[in-house]
Amino acid sequence: MGKLSRVALLYIGAVVVSAVVLVARGPFTGLRWQYVVFLGILVIVSESRATQLRKGQLTWSPSSAAMLASVVLAGPVGAAIVGACTALGLRRGPSILQRVFNTAMYALSAYLAGRAFLALGGQVGLPDEQSFPGIIAPFAGAALVLVVANHGLLSGVLWLTRPPDGTPSGVGVGLSGRLLLSDLGYAAYGLLIAALWSVVGFFAPLLVLIPLFVARWAVAQFAEQQKAYEATVGALCQAVETKDFYTRGHSDRVSRGSVMIAREIGMHGERVEAIRYAGMLHDVGKLGVPTKVLQKTGKLTEEEYAAIQLHPMRGLDIVREIGFLDEALAGIMHHHERIDGRGYPMGLAGDEIPEFARVLAVADAFDSMTSTRSYRGARPVAEAIEELRKWSGTQFDPAFVDAFVAALKREGWLRSEAPVIAADDLATVTAQDHDDPGAPLRVIDSL
Amino acid sequence: MSDLAGRTPAHSSREMRRYPWRVRDSGQLLLVVAAGVWLVAAVAQTAAEGLQDPRIAIAFGALIAFGEVLRLNLPGDRETAPIGFAGALAYALLINVGTKFVQHSAEQVVTVAAIGMIIGALPHLAVGRPARVSGMAVRLLCVACVAYIFRPLASNSAVERHWGLAVTLMTALTVLALLLEAVLTALLRVDEQRARFRVALVDEMRVQLPLGAAVGASALLIAFAAEVMGLAALAVFTAPLLVTQVAFRRYAGIRATYLQTVRALAKVTEIGGYVEAGHSERVSRLAVAIGRELGIHEPQLLELEYAALMHDIGQLSLHDPIPGGATVLVSRQDQQRIAELGADVIQQAQVLGSVAEIVRRQNEPYRDTDHAANGRAGLAEPSRPPLSSRIIKAANAFDDLVGSSLDPGRAAAAVQRLRLDTASEYDPATVEALSRVVNRRSVLL
Repeated sequence: MGKLSRVALLYIGAVVVSAVVLVARGPFTGLRWQYVVFLGILVIVSESRATQLRKGQLTWSPSSAAMLASVVLAGPVGAAIVGACTALGLRRGPSILQRVFNTAMYALSAYLAGRAFLALGGQVGLPDEQSFPGIIAPFAGAALVLVVANHGLLSGVLWLTRPPDGTPSGVGVGLSGRLLLSDLGYAAYGLLIAALWSVVGFFAPLLVLIPLFVARWAVAQFAEQQKAYEATVGALCQAVETKDFYTRGHSDRVSRGSVMIAREIGMHGERVEAIRYAGMLHDVGKLGVPTKVLQKTGKLTEEEYAAIQLHPMRGLDIVREIGFLDEALAGIMHHHERIDGRGYPMGLAGDEIPEFARVLAVADAFDSMTSTRSYRGARPVAEAIEELRKWSGTQFDPAFVDAFVAALKREGWLRSEAPVIAADDLATVTAQDHDDPGAPLRVIDSL
Repeated sequence: MSDLAGRTPAHSSREMRRYPWRVRDSGQLLLVVAAGVWLVAAVAQTAAEGLQDPRIAIAFGALIAFGEVLRLNLPGDRETAPIGFAGALAYALLINVGTKFVQHSAEQVVTVAAIGMIIGALPHLAVGRPARVSGMAVRLLCVACVAYIFRPLASNSAVERHWGLAVTLMTALTVLALLLEAVLTALLRVDEQRARFRVALVDEMRVQLPLGAAVGASALLIAFAAEVMGLAALAVFTAPLLVTQVAFRRYAGIRATYLQTVRALAKVTEIGGYVEAGHSERVSRLAVAIGRELGIHEPQLLELEYAALMHDIGQLSLHDPIPGGATVLVSRQDQQRIAELGADVIQQAQVLGSVAEIVRRQNEPYRDTDHAANGRAGLAEPSRPPLSSRIIKAANAFDDLVGSSLDPGRAAAAVQRLRLDTASEYDPATVEALSRVVNRRSVLL
């Protein structure tokens, strides 16, 4: 939060004041402090290790379970105090103002949940066998109020402090969807904590939260491994490319272009991930093509042309054993097929060509045309689009060309920089580009 | 034999086919027989006395079977059944279901758990996956231990009256069961992979700790909650464990994919004709075996495997690749150049800093007698290369001399040649470990 508008400050002030007033009104008589203290500590612990949802702004933790347990065990005021314990979370990051707002927001939501619990006929105190199943309805009401109040107050402040340029932050969507559901799921554990308290006392919340904490730990580990994985694949792909100055960054850009197309046609998340890797890996087989063939300026002999045509198969040989890539494998193998059936290596036509391959083909050719080659400069984006359109229906799938053009109009294209040829011997210069539809490989007629 | 994550080792399955009597190592056999004998006795006893509270027994048996169907593969080829294990432990620790006081015997716990496990293993067999009898035997023995200690105490009125005592006792027994599982699994791995026991135990605990905590907590929750909500507790408290298991499955999945990808991409040097086919795979397998022999822990072993797989990746950056790869027959400068270039490539990934360092120093001699040679002149006392680099150096040299040949005589000659060079080039301890690994392999052949 940078500089805040007056309305935003007013909003935060209103939330803080109402939280303070409601809690101060009490009643404090008959408040069971042992529950409040223990559950408060629990909130502090879980807030200290909250999961970051988006950089710098939203965090999330299972403390709603502890707050709802306190709704049942200690009533609205007790719940508000437990909610206010979020202020003491040891997490670094939030500013003073953010902390004050968070504290007031949680206290207010927990208090409202406690009121809802009472209004629906819930009884504050340790539940016993007679409490079930009567307690379930008031508890569900309280859980709903807590989650909705929490999300509502948070959405309000995020909306008021949104960046002035009016970029759609997606806050409303992000908050209302899966997060709301998972919060409700965690909230259900509040009742379990309260119910188990009669059997094992303060041990109950610890036991209930351990599996949830472990699950979160595993999710964090997963995210970390995935990041590492991506970086490693990227580095290795780059290693394959370093041999040729003109194609540096090609895989990365083809990967980005394929993802643009995939998103545009509404592929679902997992397939988009797979096509991203397919784009990065689509040319690894080029390593099997002898350097002298890549460097040749004149027409290619039949054998040399065959060597180039083999590279998708070589690529497949390399990545075949990577388990998750099933569909991507087909894409890598067939990314040089043409809609009219005159491509390689199999000469598939139309719908026989796997969808991934048809997507890759468009992005691949586009990046080739907009990059500098030894035999020509980089062509402008508009010209390359025209070229794609020209070959649409013969070489490319028209649907994906249209999707790509639409995505390009919206998002733009980060084209490759003109290569600077350094005076070392590490890279070669290809004389022909097998990806370039404007300059097809020339083969000596065998006549 | 390296199998850090989800690999199907073609090498070892071939071995198994040729030597069927080697399929089960002696330790595994002992364990399975012990569990089997105990089981037969328990079933006989239960049959003679009749089943107590059959409804509860069936519910828990079903939960155990369900958990066994949903087995989980953790990194390092560890198969576990968290939900089944938690269910079996909970059944052993049960005192009340609702207001009803349960009185099943320890023998009945063993019987129900075993039947549940066997039923749950059937689908695995049906789709052609191994039944993993030794893992089941380990879990059964742990559950049996808890049951034989706790069942006689459960009917003790002191335990029933003081919840603090019951909670402490049950928690202690759960921890004991998890520790026992780690110890038994570590023993099996010592037997199977020739790892050192202390190393294997530490690795086992490190991998199992988070999931073990979730399993233990869920077992206790089910046992306690059954008193408040009856058998519904089984479903309610299996849910968080299910969520945990899904998270772990994704984590293990990406770990396996990571290793597969590095293995695959390390092969680009072979496809490009820079290196003899299968070289990186053989060097990595040998390096991991040596590392295990030398007592390297699993996380470092994984780094060693990555480094060994990618040790020739620097070839890609050379204009004119050296035919045949960075063999011992090439000049030191060329070797060093390939190592540096390879390390630079790996460094790009940012997350593999120590792997890059291992690759960078893979050619450094063990004792640097000639400072100028590796460009580190000026350092008064050059530091020894890391152990992993020394291992790769030896494994690489061995593979250059032997290649894919399986001839024991040639292998022995290669080891002898490396041994002669331990004065300066190779680390003597590493070469001795290599010799032990190679000898074991020749005995097998």
